[in-house]
Amino acid sequence: MAETYSRELHRAGADATSRLARFRLLLRRYPLGAAGAFILVVFVLAAIFADAITLLDPLKTNAPEKLLRPGGGHWFGSDVMGRDIYSRIIYGARISLAVSLGATAIGSLLGVAIGLASGYLGGNFDLFVQRIMDILQALPLLVLALVTSAALGPSLQNTIIAIAIPMIPASARVIRANTLSLREAAYIEAAQIQGMSEWRIALRHILPNTVAPLIVLATAQLGSAILTEASLSFLGLGVPEPAPSWGRMLSDSAAEYMRTAPWLVIFPGAAISLMVFGTNLLGDALRDILDPRQRG
Amino acid sequence: MIADPILEVEGLRTVFFTAAGLVRAVEDVSFTLRRGEVLAVVGESGCGKSITALSLMRLVPTPPGRIVAGTVKLAGRDLLAISEAEMRDVRGNAMSMIFQEPMTSLNPVLTIGDQIAETVRLHRKVTRAQAWDRAVEMLRLVRIPEPAQRAREYPHQLSGGMRQRAMIAIALACDPQVLIADEPTTALDVTIQAQILDLILQLQRETGTSVLLITHDLGVVAETAQRVVVMYAGRKIEEATVEDLFEFPLHPYTNGLLGSIPHLAAISGAVAERLQEIPGMVPALSNLPAGCAFAARCARADDKCNDVPPLVELRPDHIVACWHAGATP
Repeated sequence: MAETYSRELHRAGADATSRLARFRLLLRRYPLGAAGAFILVVFVLAAIFADAITLLDPLKTNAPEKLLRPGGGHWFGSDVMGRDIYSRIIYGARISLAVSLGATAIGSLLGVAIGLASGYLGGNFDLFVQRIMDILQALPLLVLALVTSAALGPSLQNTIIAIAIPMIPASARVIRANTLSLREAAYIEAAQIQGMSEWRIALRHILPNTVAPLIVLATAQLGSAILTEASLSFLGLGVPEPAPSWGRMLSDSAAEYMRTAPWLVIFPGAAISLMVFGTNLLGDALRDILDPRQRG
Repeated sequence: MIADPILEVEGLRTVFFTAAGLVRAVEDVSFTLRRGEVLAVVGESGCGKSITALSLMRLVPTPPGRIVAGTVKLAGRDLLAISEAEMRDVRGNAMSMIFQEPMTSLNPVLTIGDQIAETVRLHRKVTRAQAWDRAVEMLRLVRIPEPAQRAREYPHQLSGGMRQRAMIAIALACDPQVLIADEPTTALDVTIQAQILDLILQLQRETGTSVLLITHDLGVVAETAQRVVVMYAGRKIEEATVEDLFEFPLHPYTNGLLGSIPHLAAISGAVAERLQEIPGMVPALSNLPAGCAFAARCARADDKCNDVPPLVELRPDHIVACWHAGATP
């Protein structure tokens, strides 16, 4: 695969190095990744231009129009309070993206810092930090997020924090494991021989080599952050009402309306699945693309 | 034409504290590298030559290793006495090193040019652009074709020989006074080996750098070095000029090493000659015998060899540590 990518790049001709040609080639080589990116881009655009592409206020209740089937004035139907589900899904993308990107960014950043320090410094520091990670990891993501979010109280910001904290150990572990093996690499010894300081070696020579597994992990975490947010909201602890959260939309309707008005469940469920699916596809492709051995 | 010394190693002793006990990897080793000279350090695997090199750079993994005695003077300054920060400034600058694994010694995610430029910027106050120009210049110096283009490539796009050239470019980028080459050609094809050795020699002459060449290959020594230090079980056992060493090897171990080189006449069958082997094995460094470490494998050994033989200058500029030096076995 690695070989064919660079070879194809050569075959693509003289302008192969131009960005456009590279982009086209990437699309061709990683159709699944492109599909994942496409899904995410659609959600991001929907979140940004939510005002322009929806006609109805996602928060406005309208009792006479409650539980309408999809079609006509309500593309995805309406919920028990007569709110337009299409609008709520589109505005809900804002919350899902904010929570998942925010939590993954914070969790990964802290995880990278901890993992790098832990792996590179080693010794008692490593031992101590890893035991804390053990404790965090002993609890399932959702349970820890539940406790944190219950302690902090429901708000968008607290939901992000509550989801970010349980994510730290996973990325810390991955980065630490990578750092441990990279520390023994000949080019790290070479960097020492060239007179580089520990900091420089850690940040400039070890960190970039851990990016590929981190990207894969982060995209997987992006998906699970969306799920966790949905679960928290489902349990009434996530982003508070009346904000349109996909998870809450599911939770409000799952038990009662699953049989009588399935569109209340299907559309938010589909939105969650699609976004998670998209992030996973993109993550797999990114792992391959970011490996310099596969760059032409 | 004895030039003044650039690197003086005196009584160097490096030990490792391991579960198997105290390992004396380098035991009381002294030698002097003169300005503009190539000095070879020869010995089998595990005789302490690489640890000697790492000790000079102060990069012995600590723990378990530690330099417990000796001085390493680079242009008169004792490197074992300065701070770690000062030592960092010496590494890659006044003294640099290339080693065995050119395939893995370059960071796979950075371009070749970046890696050379980084070392330059580390030790010289230059702008990014100047460092990059220096990187390209260095690649040209080590005879890499199309240096400007190669500088933008990643290590995996280069062959093994090219990568070793790039490593040499990094090592020489700051005009070091001393270059330590630890088995620089061992991992390369024979044809590439010759090219790299030639390159090191040419650059050595062009830049005036002194080279400490660490190798197990006496063929390499004969081609490149002016003087040789032979090491066995962590100790220096013989030191001489290349001509003297090949002509009049005094230590029985050196004798054995020379005897184990295949000669072309013998290989082609013109002369019926068996390769000599040195019987036995190198003793474990954690469990060295009390006297001469080579005695157990030596045909000349007798009771006297129960004491460690001192280094004696038997002939001018020819030092050996053996009670029966030069005697026929």
